[in-house]
Amino acid sequence: MKQPKPPLLKNIIYAFLFGGGICTIGQAILNLFVTLGVPEKQAGNPTVATVIFIAAVMTGLGVFDDIARVAGAGIAVPVTGFANSVTSMAVEFRREGLVLGTGSKMFALAGSVIVFGVVTAFFIGLISALI
Amino acid sequence: MQSYTIERKIGKQSVLLDKTVTLVSSATVAGPKESLGPLSAFFDRSYNDTILKEKSFERAECHMMEEACHLALAKAGLSPDDIDYFIAGDLLNQVISASFCARRLAVPFLGIYGACSTLTEGLSIGAMLLQGGFARNILVATSSHNCSAERQYRYPTEYGYQRPGYAQWTVTGAGAVVLSSEAGEGPRLESITIGKVVDAGIKDPFALGVAMAPAAADTIYNHFVDMAREPSYYNLILTGDLGGVGKKLNEDILAGKGYTITPNYSDCGVLLYYPHQQVGAGGSGCACSALVFLGYFYEKMLKKELQRVLLVATGALHSPTTYLQRESMPAIAHAVSLEI
Repeated sequence: MKQPKPPLLKNIIYAFLFGGGICTIGQAILNLFVTLGVPEKQAGNPTVATVIFIAAVMTGLGVFDDIARVAGAGIAVPVTGFANSVTSMAVEFRREGLVLGTGSKMFALAGSVIVFGVVTAFFIGLISALI
Repeated sequence: MQSYTIERKIGKQSVLLDKTVTLVSSATVAGPKESLGPLSAFFDRSYNDTILKEKSFERAECHMMEEACHLALAKAGLSPDDIDYFIAGDLLNQVISASFCARRLAVPFLGIYGACSTLTEGLSIGAMLLQGGFARNILVATSSHNCSAERQYRYPTEYGYQRPGYAQWTVTGAGAVVLSSEAGEGPRLESITIGKVVDAGIKDPFALGVAMAPAAADTIYNHFVDMAREPSYYNLILTGDLGGVGKKLNEDILAGKGYTITPNYSDCGVLLYYPHQQVGAGGSGCACSALVFLGYFYEKMLKKELQRVLLVATGALHSPTTYLQRESMPAIAHAVSLEI
């Protein structure tokens, strides 16, 4: 059966531009932390936290999904996508209560990223210990 | 064994109604995106937000259905006490919008589930109850809400992802219609064809139109065969929510069986939005056929611009559980023939 194909080239170009844009902003934030006196090696963590914070606020304001419809993988692959998947679930299930709603549903989408991230890290660690 | 004569059943799947079953009044309540579409002038009430000052999207959907019911009753000059049965359904688990709406109406209630085919399923059951002499007035209602459907079937509303171009947009709105055994100004239900569940083996939950088109084609084909009619018998053949992709597929399947419906065929999902509203292949959801038929075409029938309409609402009968378990999506379509 025939189904219209997604506009692959357009999606790739937008993903490249938005993904690159987010990384440039991330670099600018990192440089800012360095100028503020954070050692360059440790500036990564506050940078990631800042980007997560921005993505979470944008999700709360309801603009993240509008941007993501255009940006696609460009915004989903960086840490912004992870932040959005957690925050959007947290906001969505607030009406079912803080504990059984927000608390338990928060990682329903992002949970598999954490699980398989930890599993992969374990095996990589095992391999590097054996070599 | 006692034998019964089944007088009204025609062919394999159809029922010919010889008693009067009139759609005496209809009412529609539309959400924000629908109110900006080309049919906005035909809805009884339009909202420019999705929450309606309620505490959840589910409450907002129920609110819309209650409002549609009260508007339809008021137009017919009836009160809930005059209604013998309230038949309603929606997309949410345990058909909560319908049941919670029935809680306030306090009339005998039959909750039904036919996904987006609910409108014609309700009309069919209502028509047979009236034909059988079991009721005088029946209220049929259905609703869907983009946000409550998204969070149940797909992702949270604020989750950012790209939908494929053939995906459809769940309509926010509700529609209600009063069926009566007394003749009135409104269109008459003349015959109905109850659909079979048809599974085309589609597993992509975004490809609703493609999954539902074979069911629509099967029901329309059986309607023509049972009633010995040609597509030209109708001024309009209207499917519920196949969208652009499913509409084309439905035309192709029926053409393959020797019925060309294209000249007088349309789809509610295609009509409800402008192309620039970014809804992919069109609208979907119970409210899609409810808004387009009960809002727009009902009025056209009242003005006698259309005299014979075949309304075929289509539904995909999958759930989030079945598609995660890699099941394909079965679909259904029920047809009702209306005359004025």
